[in-house]
Amino acid sequence: MSAHASHAPNRSGLWDYLTTVDHKKIAILYLIAGGIFFLAGGLEALLIRLQLMYPEIELVGAKTFNELITMHGTTMIFLAVMPIIFALMNAIVPLQIGARDVAFPFVNALGFWLFFFGGVLLNTSWFLGGAPDAGWTSYTTLALNQYSGIGVDFYVLGLQIAGLGTLIGGINFLVTIINMRAPGMTFMRMPMFTWSSFITSGLILFAFPAITVGLVLLMFDRLFGGNFFNPDAGGNVVIWEHLFWIFGHPEVYILILPAFGIISEVVSTFSRKRLFGYSSMVFATALIGFLGFMVWAHHMFTTGLGAIANTLFGLATMLIAVPTGIKIFNWLLTMWGGQIRFPTANLFAVGFIPTFTIGGMTGVMLAVPPADYQYHDSYFVVAHFHYVIVGGLVFGLFAGLYYWWPKMFGKMLNETIGKWNFWTFFIGFHLTFFPQHFLGLMGMPRRVFTYLKDQNLDMGNFISTIGAFGMTIGTILFLINVVVAAKSSKRAPADPWDGRSLEWAIPSPPPEYNFVQTPLVRGLDALWVEKMAGNKGMTPAEPIGDIHMPSPSFLPFLMSLGLFVAGYGFIYHNYVVVVIGLLLTLGCMFTRSVKDDPGYHIHEDELEEKGVKA
Amino acid sequence: MANHHAHAVLPDEPEKATLEGKNKVLGFWLFLGGETVLFGSLFATFIALRDQANGGPTSQSLFDMNLVAVATLLLLTSSMTSVMATLALHKKDLKKIQLWLTITVLLGLGFLALEIYEFVHYVNEGLKMSTSAFSSAFYTLVGFHGAHVAFGISWIILLQVSATKKGLTVVTAPKFYLACLYWHFIDVVWVFIFTVVYLMGMIGGKVG
Repeated sequence: MSAHASHAPNRSGLWDYLTTVDHKKIAILYLIAGGIFFLAGGLEALLIRLQLMYPEIELVGAKTFNELITMHGTTMIFLAVMPIIFALMNAIVPLQIGARDVAFPFVNALGFWLFFFGGVLLNTSWFLGGAPDAGWTSYTTLALNQYSGIGVDFYVLGLQIAGLGTLIGGINFLVTIINMRAPGMTFMRMPMFTWSSFITSGLILFAFPAITVGLVLLMFDRLFGGNFFNPDAGGNVVIWEHLFWIFGHPEVYILILPAFGIISEVVSTFSRKRLFGYSSMVFATALIGFLGFMVWAHHMFTTGLGAIANTLFGLATMLIAVPTGIKIFNWLLTMWGGQIRFPTANLFAVGFIPTFTIGGMTGVMLAVPPADYQYHDSYFVVAHFHYVIVGGLVFGLFAGLYYWWPKMFGKMLNETIGKWNFWTFFIGFHLTFFPQHFLGLMGMPRRVFTYLKDQNLDMGNFISTIGAFGMTIGTILFLINVVVAAKSSKRAPADPWDGRSLEWAIPSPPPEYNFVQTPLVRGLDALWVEKMAGNKGMTPAEPIGDIHMPSPSFLPFLMSLGLFVAGYGFIYHNYVVVVIGLLLTLGCMFTRSVKDDPGYHIHEDELEEKGVKA
Repeated sequence: MANHHAHAVLPDEPEKATLEGKNKVLGFWLFLGGETVLFGSLFATFIALRDQANGGPTSQSLFDMNLVAVATLLLLTSSMTSVMATLALHKKDLKKIQLWLTITVLLGLGFLALEIYEFVHYVNEGLKMSTSAFSSAFYTLVGFHGAHVAFGISWIILLQVSATKKGLTVVTAPKFYLACLYWHFIDVVWVFIFTVVYLMGMIGGKVG
């Protein structure tokens, strides 16, 4: 216990990032990796739209089209938006609750590297015999050996490794939020983004084991001759659908709740008002999380579960509109009478509200079982989920990135480019997906690689593809903005937006120990309370002293690398490689277990500044 | 509370004496929540497929009460000895902890040996992974549990070896506590396997 080193291990550049356990650096890793996968998924989307721009063209062909739609969905959900959510959670949640660190810094790093290697494994399928082509839902029997190629093996193993990372990341945030809040930071004083991250982490904990099992069963069927989904040997394909959606439906709330949290923060800050109906927002978030687990079979109305099951799941689904409606009205009432400003972050937040409402409305339409028999597997469904996931989550993520960029990187994003980014992306989005509602109602099925001429589908598809160019331009403008911000020499102030919550009480970017002194929280919107009381900053809850930090470690990287190697062993049925990979992982676990990490101390006189400033 | 002399006088409930310890205990309970969903999904799959023998051996023709009863006895007794280890932990008595954990490990190894014998026996009777949907579901559910037992045994042995050098401290105490918690959990899962797989499998007939 007494063998603490007194200095931070000296590491820099790439080696620093490969070994870091600092949640703020892990946030940046998540953002970069998630951003790259977002570009890959976007490129896939663009190819899909180009193939569908005109009727009866052969740009990519049917086989590649199947791979593109599968990889677009899988990449965007698992490898792009979830990691970017984790980036914001890592960057902001510990700051918002006044914590020095997360509960498990080592596990946090491990979670990132597992996600990263799982994603890389999945994407190498493009170069190693073909990407998965059974749809992002990978329904059996289509996903079994008879009907689909080696790509599905990459899907099964890549998602399994990435999913493990997400699961342990979720546990880390649950424990952090329960155990590591600053004095006075009661649950009902937590900012909405922290609340939504908390509920999302709970959903991750209970939803991901279901897909873990589903993927294991599919893997056993494909690699070891199992019969779970083989009807000839007594198997049952509907089991896959249940397991997939018991995970998959909560997953959409895992995605959207953090966006709700971001919108709540942004709308309230830029209306210069406290969030309207804070406690009803908390209640609505928890209720949505709970109901999210009760509705999975609405993805399966047409599988023949029967009228009773369909009715119950339909009604449960419609119930979710109630807490969601509470949220929408609370955001509108937060703006009501506020001193509203419209920097890019708030543009995205305000653009989110009507867009997400449309997506929610079509969701209620789909929740009516008899109507769903008509909409099922048509472009109407495609339009609906893109309205909630892109119009909801991606708008929310953009809002969050513009809002917290100065805190994460210490540089402001350019507002002029930002506004161009918003308008091209916003208009492009609606141009892309609004016509798809009508394409669906006119009978265009999803997952088809082409359509016939003169069936009233030409114009809608053409407009939709033009819209996709708009979203592409918006994304490129964002990248330009990132470069411009990185090159600019102007430092962001600690509190550029006149913020309300604790993250704005410390410098941008924050020092590695976050808070010099743990702050004392005296109300909701902790920093705003102090500002209104005329104080210069937070009141400290402890005297200045040495700060204990965890040591960086290369083990999370190696552990994940081991599973990555073992994954290829399974895919190519080479069990020597499997054993080598697993031994590497288990060896790292062994090392971690027997070698205690005493960490190191940052001494009082090395702290960069005394006291917490506003 | 946990100052530099913590190893001299160990506090009460040493597994929760530090923030790290508290975090580990809470995090591990949450992890077990996730494991519950994992096993729940496997149970649901097994129940859906338990009568799909595809012309191969059925649960009624295979299962042997004597073997399963002995295995159950071994594992449930090991659950008790792991609780004794936890009680010894609260008395801060490392020798007693080591003794009870050694008994736990031996009982666990006995259980594992019986399970391996059982699987080999079934394969010889013609029940392979690829025989039927029932066989796939059986080997997956029971095998997953067996893998958990094997992992638990390795974990406890590793802790015992490293504790001979490090002793009982606020760093090692949470590890002992969690290993016992984990062991208790996989015993609880076995109670469900015993009921759902074996008892219901021997009686036969459709469920749910």
